[in-house]
Amino acid sequence: MSSTMHASYRERPDAVRALVRPDRVHRDLYIDPDLFALEQEHFFANTWNYVGHDSQLPNAGDYLRNEIAGQPLIVVRHGDGSVRVLMNRCAHKGSRLVSAPSGNTGKHFRCPYHAWTFRTDGSLLNIPLKEGYEGTALHACESAKGLATVQNVRVYRGFIFVKLNDVGPGFEEYFGESLSSIDNMADRSPEGRLEIAGGCLRFLHQCNWKMFVENLNDTMHPMVVHESSAGTAKRMWLGKPADEPKPMAIEQFTPFMSDYQFFQDMGVRVFDNGHSFSGVHFSIHSKYSAIPAYEKAMQAAYGPERTAQILGLARHNTVYYPNLTIKGAIQAIRVVKPVAVDRTIVESWTFRLVGAPPELLARTTTYSRLINSPFSVVGHDDLQAYRGIQAGLHAGGNPWISLHRNFDEAEIGQRDVTAVGTSEISMRNQYRAWARYMTLTM
Amino acid sequence: MVDPQQLIDFVVREARLLDEKRYDEWNALFTDDAIYWVPLTPNQPEGLGHTSHLHEDKLLRELRIERLKSPRAFSQQPPTRSLHLLQTPTVEPADAVRPDEHLVRTVFQYTESQGDELNTFFGVAWHRIVVERGALRLRQKRVDLINSDAALPAVQLFV
Repeated sequence: MSSTMHASYRERPDAVRALVRPDRVHRDLYIDPDLFALEQEHFFANTWNYVGHDSQLPNAGDYLRNEIAGQPLIVVRHGDGSVRVLMNRCAHKGSRLVSAPSGNTGKHFRCPYHAWTFRTDGSLLNIPLKEGYEGTALHACESAKGLATVQNVRVYRGFIFVKLNDVGPGFEEYFGESLSSIDNMADRSPEGRLEIAGGCLRFLHQCNWKMFVENLNDTMHPMVVHESSAGTAKRMWLGKPADEPKPMAIEQFTPFMSDYQFFQDMGVRVFDNGHSFSGVHFSIHSKYSAIPAYEKAMQAAYGPERTAQILGLARHNTVYYPNLTIKGAIQAIRVVKPVAVDRTIVESWTFRLVGAPPELLARTTTYSRLINSPFSVVGHDDLQAYRGIQAGLHAGGNPWISLHRNFDEAEIGQRDVTAVGTSEISMRNQYRAWARYMTLTM
Repeated sequence: MVDPQQLIDFVVREARLLDEKRYDEWNALFTDDAIYWVPLTPNQPEGLGHTSHLHEDKLLRELRIERLKSPRAFSQQPPTRSLHLLQTPTVEPADAVRPDEHLVRTVFQYTESQGDELNTFFGVAWHRIVVERGALRLRQKRVDLINSDAALPAVQLFV
C-alpha cells in the first residue's frame, strides 16, 4: 500500500468514500494535507458549525469575529435584534472589515482601507466620492450589493450555528434529539438562560482536529492516559478520613480513574450526522458535592420533580459534530478550530447559569483550568496521545485505524443507537457522517 | 526590616530551584496558604470567578510535582527542561493594605525544551514575600504572560 490511497482526492468522491469502512478508517483522514484542504472546502461548509453564543452580543452592533471552513466571518447583532452572519470581506477589494476578536461597530461597518460602509445586515450604505462609479457596471455586480451573507443561521437556546453551503438538512433535522444536551445545560439555570463568563482558554494542539473530537467519547483511555495525574490525585487522597471535605480538585480529578466497568455501564448514545454523548445513565460528573443554595434556587424555579430530572442528567461529553463539544453538567464547552492537517486550536469557554449562586461558575472555571488549560496535567497527556497518533500513522505496513470495538453490522443506517459506554460506535458514526458531508458537494 | 537584596536573592533562587528540578525544595518556599497563579487575561482581578491557567494551592502543587515522578507521565517522554532568564528584580513600594508583605516585580523569559522543540514565553512575575518564623516565604507567585490569552502550546513545567 502506498503512503496515500490516491495522488489527489479532488473531484474523486468515490476515493473519499473508500477511506471510511464500516469498522475502520484510512489514515489519510488525519495526515493528508490535500484531504484537509478538501475538508475545509466541502465538509465544514456543508455541516452546521457553532460560531458563538448570543450572550456575547447583548447590544445592537456587538460583533464576534470567527472562521469556519477557512472563511472569515462576522457574527453581529443587527438593529432588529436578530443575529446576522456576514463574510468578513469588504465588497470592494476584499479587505477584512473587522480585525478585533469582538467589539461594537455601532450601526455600520466601515472598511479601514477605503471607507466603504455597510449596515449590520450586510447591505451597502455608502461609498466615498461615489460619482467615480457613474457609468460603470459596479451597480450590476456583487460588489454593489454589499457583504456576502450566510443564509443558514440558527440560534438555539443562545447557541449560534451556521451552515455556509445551501445543501444538506436543516438545523433541527441535522441535530435531532442530540439537542437535549444543550437543553439540559440551559435548564440548569433557574431562569433557563446561560451567559458566557470566565474567559476563553486557547490551547494549540499539534494534531489533526479529529483526534480531539474522537477522544471525547473514548472511554477506554482515561484510566490509562491519566494515571499520572488523576491516579496521583487519587493516591494522594487515600487514607484521608471519610468526613474530611474533598477539595474540588480531588473531586474533579479522581473520577477519571474509574475502572472499565464504570465506563462500560455509563453508556453511549449516537445520533445521525455524527453526534453522540457518553454518560447515558451517569458519568464522571455525577457525584459532585451538592451546592445547597443552588438546589434551593432550582426547586423554587422548577419544583422538586423537574429539578431532580434536570440535575439527574449528568452527561459526560456531547459532540455536536463537527466543531462543538459540550459538558452540560459542568457548563463548559470546547470548540474545535482546524488550522492545518496537523494543527488544531481548541477553545474552551465556560458559562454562568443565570440566577445560580457564584459557586457554580467557580466550579466550572476550576474544571476548565484543571482539564482544558495548556498548563493542564490532564491535557498534557491527552495531547501526547494525539501527537503520538499524528506521528505513528506515518508508519508503513498498516494504513488503517481500527474502530472495531463492539461493532455490529445492524448499527449502520440507524438514526439513534444506545450502546455500552466503551463501544467505538461514536467514532464509526462520526466517520459515516464525515464521508457523507465531505462528498455532498464534490 | 528586610534588606532589598535578600528579596532579590530569594526570587533568583526560586527560579534556580525550578530550573534544577528541585521541586520539593521549591514548594517549601511557599506559605501553607500560598497560591501559585498564572492568570488567563491581562489585569485579571482574581483567580476563581474567572478561569486561570494555573491557580495552585499546596495540594495542586504537590500533585504536579508527584506526577512528574510517575513513569507514566507520558507527556514527559522525553523530559522537558526549563530555563528562567530574569531581568534584575525590583522591590516595589510597600503595600498599605498588607504591610507585612514585600512585593517584587521581575521581567522574565521562560523557555521549555523537549527533544528538538523549544518554546519561549515572556512576562512579568510578581512575588509576594513575607517573613515567617524568621525566614522569607512566598505568599503568592503571580505570573503574567504577555500572551496569556493567545493559543498556547502545552506548558509542562513551572513558569
